[in-house]
Amino acid sequence: MDWINAIIQGILLGGLYALFAAGLSLIFGVMRLVNIAHGDLIVLAAYLGLSTVILLGVHPFLALLVVIPLMALIGYALQRGILNKTLGDDILPPLLVTFGLSVIIQNALLEIYSADPQKMNVGALETASLSVMDLSLGVLPLMTFVIAVVIVAALHWMFYHTALGRAFRAVSDNQDIAQLMGLNRRHIFGLAMALSLAVTAVAGLMLGVRTNFDPSIGGARLIFGFEAVIIGGLGNLWGTLIGGVILGVAQTIGAQINPGWQLLAGHLTFLVILTIRPRGLFPRMTG
Amino acid sequence: MAESMLHIQKLCAYYGDFQALFDLDMHVNQGEVVAIIGANAAGKTTLMRSIAGLSGDQSKKIYYRGERIGALRADQVAGKGIALVPEGRQLFSSLTVEENLIIGGQIGRKGMWSLPAVYQLFPVLEERRAILATELSGGQQQMAAIARALMANPKLILFDEISLGLAPVVIKTIYDALPIIIREGVSVMIVEQDISKALQFSSRFYCLQKGRVALEGLSKTAQRDDISRAYFGVH
Repeated sequence: MDWINAIIQGILLGGLYALFAAGLSLIFGVMRLVNIAHGDLIVLAAYLGLSTVILLGVHPFLALLVVIPLMALIGYALQRGILNKTLGDDILPPLLVTFGLSVIIQNALLEIYSADPQKMNVGALETASLSVMDLSLGVLPLMTFVIAVVIVAALHWMFYHTALGRAFRAVSDNQDIAQLMGLNRRHIFGLAMALSLAVTAVAGLMLGVRTNFDPSIGGARLIFGFEAVIIGGLGNLWGTLIGGVILGVAQTIGAQINPGWQLLAGHLTFLVILTIRPRGLFPRMTG
Repeated sequence: MAESMLHIQKLCAYYGDFQALFDLDMHVNQGEVVAIIGANAAGKTTLMRSIAGLSGDQSKKIYYRGERIGALRADQVAGKGIALVPEGRQLFSSLTVEENLIIGGQIGRKGMWSLPAVYQLFPVLEERRAILATELSGGQQQMAAIARALMANPKLILFDEISLGLAPVVIKTIYDALPIIIREGVSVMIVEQDISKALQFSSRFYCLQKGRVALEGLSKTAQRDDISRAYFGVH
């Protein structure tokens, strides 16, 4: 029973990782941009949530109404103002610029909020649980997982059934030809980053209600997100969700064997999959 | 003299570090079919990309219906009513045939072309509209690329290598469509490898050689010897 429990908890944890990863997956799919600052943007979203909760005195989930549009706006401005200028045949400039961005965000958060760990309080929900057979499922992890599935499904639907999704795929296929169709790729990229950071807003808020956070934890969230994206296969959103679940399960099983092995087991699983399937389990595109 | 649709003055363009076009002067009148011929690397594709706004150089003197478009981005040029059917078709590989056509039309210019109209022009596209564009045969892909350009209801269409690598029966289908395409006063610029086809379907031609206009004239009165000389640079 302990093992079944570990696997179920791992699947639910995978939902959080999929939330971390969905935004990364989206922008990599559309513009081949590897966003090193993604983890810090998740933490930024958590702090924006915290500030909203404190300033407006609202419930953390209501704070999403402020944080989602705010992060989307930041995403669009960031893309149009800085990141578009780094995109080209060379893959190094976007890596360097987003790395710099990561350092800037971390230090700005440290300056404003200090290094003290923070948490958003959702009251009884934090400890609420459902008993299913002999298993006890946390309501908050369950909610996170459901939100992750809904977001991935919504992004997938948007990609394949809307004009915006069509534009994303066209620009992803061939930027020049997409321009000939009257699509301004700078604007399309801006919209993709806005959407990515809107998802990141949800990820940051779920992070902030589940665990303590401080300005330094972005790097680890980035790694989890990356691993989920790569396990699942580049450019495949459902693959990203499955990648998150595999990573989550690997971690909880590792922790079940020995509490110290949680992170190690996740990274080892990632490395094994990368060795056997360098393009991930369900690749949609070549890098 | 008919109204000038496109006017190009002293166009220089580069392909990487390599200068591909030198002081090119050219014009296309309204409703006219102009053929661009020339050997490989004569600068034909670079010319097409420059007109369409894909070259990045904003100083070029290209005028469209009297307005300077040389500084515009490709999406803005497309919005003015210039469409390019690129060499090698270049359909969007992750879009279905119909999605490719819809994205061609999403610029929202009004005119005679719509999904039903392009399906009437190339019925095979309607039969195969739900499959991915890359699953079409080469000839069908060219039809899809042309239909995608038409969906924008352009006033000037640039065809880059309109028949390269296509079967004769497909080439015939495509040339049969040309009179329908230009019916509404649309101007056309065609890059064509087959010189007799190029002269047969155009009213004027330009022969490029190493980035310069080596010969230009009326297609009807063109002398094959002159063209051979201009084409290969033999003196």
